[in-house]
Amino acid sequence: MINVTFVSSDGERRQVQIEEGETAREAALYNDVPGIDGDCGGVCACATCHVQVDPEWIDKVGRLMSDGMEADLLQFAEGTTEYSRLACQIPMKPMLDGLVLHVPEQQY
Amino acid sequence: MNIQTAAPDVAAEIASIPIEEIDVARPSLFQNDTIGLFFDRLRAEEPVHYCRESYVGPYWSITKFDDIMAVDTNHKVFSSEAKLGGIAIQDMHSVEGALELEMFIAMDPPKHDQQRKAVTPAVAPSNLQLLEPVIRKRAGEILDELPVGEDFDWVDKVAIELTTMTLATLFDFPWEERRKLTRWSDVATAAPETGIVESYEARREELIGCAMYFKALWDERINQEPKNDLISMMAHSPATRDMPFLEFLGNLMLLIVGGNDTTRNSISGGVLALNQNPDEYAKLNEDPSLIGKMVPEIIRWQTPLTHMRRTALEDWEIGGKQIKKGDKVVMWYLSGNRDESAIEHADRFIIDRKNPRHHLSFGYGIHRCMGNRLAELQLRIIWEEIHKRFSRVEVTGQPERLFSNLVRGITRMPVRLHAR
Repeated sequence: MINVTFVSSDGERRQVQIEEGETAREAALYNDVPGIDGDCGGVCACATCHVQVDPEWIDKVGRLMSDGMEADLLQFAEGTTEYSRLACQIPMKPMLDGLVLHVPEQQY
Repeated sequence: MNIQTAAPDVAAEIASIPIEEIDVARPSLFQNDTIGLFFDRLRAEEPVHYCRESYVGPYWSITKFDDIMAVDTNHKVFSSEAKLGGIAIQDMHSVEGALELEMFIAMDPPKHDQQRKAVTPAVAPSNLQLLEPVIRKRAGEILDELPVGEDFDWVDKVAIELTTMTLATLFDFPWEERRKLTRWSDVATAAPETGIVESYEARREELIGCAMYFKALWDERINQEPKNDLISMMAHSPATRDMPFLEFLGNLMLLIVGGNDTTRNSISGGVLALNQNPDEYAKLNEDPSLIGKMVPEIIRWQTPLTHMRRTALEDWEIGGKQIKKGDKVVMWYLSGNRDESAIEHADRFIIDRKNPRHHLSFGYGIHRCMGNRLAELQLRIIWEEIHKRFSRVEVTGQPERLFSNLVRGITRMPVRLHAR
């Protein structure tokens, strides 16, 4: 199992566990982490699982690719930063054990 | 009262039509509400279906959830461009003298992206929550004036009135003239055959009147301090304040059209669905906190826009079928929302579904409905206020449906209210 911590916009931390191969979106949804809706089912089509990767983890997770669907969708999301990603596009692997993700105040 | 859909002999007749002769573009199928039986057949027998001849010309129907998702998220191949025909099964720009406003819903990147980004903040829920108390108070006033215990038309007295009220509140539109908004929205999407306007000339004249009215509102707001309404926001925001007037008008009309019959028909469709499913109505009365989950389920169930259309920019294979460059491709959201392979018990209205937002009514990809959370916010407020006052909104006669293959509308629905 891999540990992921979601930090809400008011600073509340919530650590959950997820199996290798699932994504950070599933980690949030299976554990009812508020603020992550994931409407489309995890296929990079709606931008309702927007997270900001903690700066310490961004290199391991990888930055947003400048072209592609994920960037196309995130350009319309509220409150994006250089650390923004869609949680459905972050597959969990052992090197991400302990990952910290920040949930933006608004998801849409 | 038993609200019938299709009679058994009608179902048998539909089952006997050769698959290649099925044409789901016929507006009468939506008006008589037999369309679901046609989509059931297409999903089972030929989920990517080519119709050679119809009054809108040849077109592909995409009927399964996953195939629709694949088209909707592939904007590089499947274009929304107005000049190629736009976003509805009936081509835009196909009629001489029809004034078409430029709206980013019918554009491809990069122009789509710039315009959408400029307008998005106006409908962000964080802004709209500021308007919630006004919407709630006005909804309450409309509901308090309704007659209890006698039959009346829900669509005219409640659905249109509540939708117009919320639109007028969002735009801080002159209150006494608020039905103008409803009228302009109807006119903007109308073709003469719907009976809403007499001719394209008449439509053009009304829309010019609308443009002048909004020009005056824009001038008024730009000279005032910034406020929370959408016109003021667009007049003051750096991203939109220098927008050419016709672009501003196009974007404004998109917000009005997008929020008009979609919301209206979701309000009516929800009442109808609860009456057709009394066990679900009982669940709601027992636990009104389910309203938050019921709202997206109503939006799935109603699917207020039956489809969106794209035009293929290159040859592309989907579901084993070869789509050719230039072909018209129709994503039938109404069908995908009944697809058992993507949604459990898709043919049932269930107000406490596990993943109620996993539906196609808002579309997906870069054109996904920008006002989706605003729509949910409005419907939630309206249902909370209905629930406070009435134990039951009883449908007392057959609802009448709109003659349209795009807007899934209820035009008349007799009801009787039962006080709580």
